[in-house]
Amino acid sequence: MDAAAFIHQQMSPAREFPAFKAGDNVTVNYKIVEGNKERIQSFKGDVIKRQGSGATQTFTVRKISDGIGVERLFPLFSPNIDSIELNKSGRVRRAKLYYLRARSGKSARIKEKRRSTEKVAKKATAGA
Amino acid sequence: MKGIIGKKIGMTSVFEPNGKQTACTIIEAGPCVVTQKKTVETDGYNAIQIAFGERKEKNTPQALLQHFAKANTTPKATVKELRDSSIEKEVGENITCDIFAEGEKVSVIGVSKGKGFQGVVKRHGFHGVGEASHGQHDRQRAPGSVGGSSYPSRVFKGMRMAGRMGGDRVKVKALRVVKIFPEQNLILISGSVPGHNGATVLIQK
Repeated sequence: MDAAAFIHQQMSPAREFPAFKAGDNVTVNYKIVEGNKERIQSFKGDVIKRQGSGATQTFTVRKISDGIGVERLFPLFSPNIDSIELNKSGRVRRAKLYYLRARSGKSARIKEKRRSTEKVAKKATAGA
Repeated sequence: MKGIIGKKIGMTSVFEPNGKQTACTIIEAGPCVVTQKKTVETDGYNAIQIAFGERKEKNTPQALLQHFAKANTTPKATVKELRDSSIEKEVGENITCDIFAEGEKVSVIGVSKGKGFQGVVKRHGFHGVGEASHGQHDRQRAPGSVGGSSYPSRVFKGMRMAGRMGGDRVKVKALRVVKIFPEQNLILISGSVPGHNGATVLIQK
């Protein structure tokens, strides 16, 4: 094993997140510290990219807040991330959805991925 | 002074207990062999000589082979001396990275990456002469006047000019030891250290 992989295996605790990719709608619950108090805030939006590999990878979530586009970048293995929920899988044809920045309203929507119920059931049984 | 020779592996980032992400350099440090001890009586100063990295026997001069044989070790690639060392080891014994503690501030010495022939803006931090507009061109990265006209009418020695950059011995001070893995001989140091990946560096305190 190379040195970087070994170090991350030692230093970063294993985390379990749902598999998500660009185009998916997720809710990221992350911890924020105010003074001595710690609380959890959530950020819900579309994943517009996943970047990097291994323990240093990051992802960017974009949402429209009061008509203004807001993007937040999260390190995937940050200890400040409490949990990630996958709300919807989107059907997109790119890995980086930068084109969403130039769009607003109806054209900035991402189509939901439609899976046949048979396939989903098959996958579930195969995984079990 | 204590120190160890290592090989720069590369950089990565880790999360610290406070949740902050820190950029770190991975260094494979040691084990180094003590090959000689110098004393005031015999050499005029106190120092220990340490050696690191393997080297083929057929590529090693006889004189060095004999020198390493005295320490009862195989030929080594790099030999360095630490003056007034605080390391209490005898000739032939190994130094490992656990001489350092986590959180300790260390200096790292290496040879910086070669940058080739560079102009004064990159090499010496000049700001250039001209502006982009007002009819000027070709002056944005220029060095400016170097010698005057009537006085001094010559260029002073050591005037900073364009030239070869990089490939110098560089010492970076006050880097923090983030983590040590003694079994793998790995040290994680915050920030960047001079040299390319695979370069030999000296970590000292």
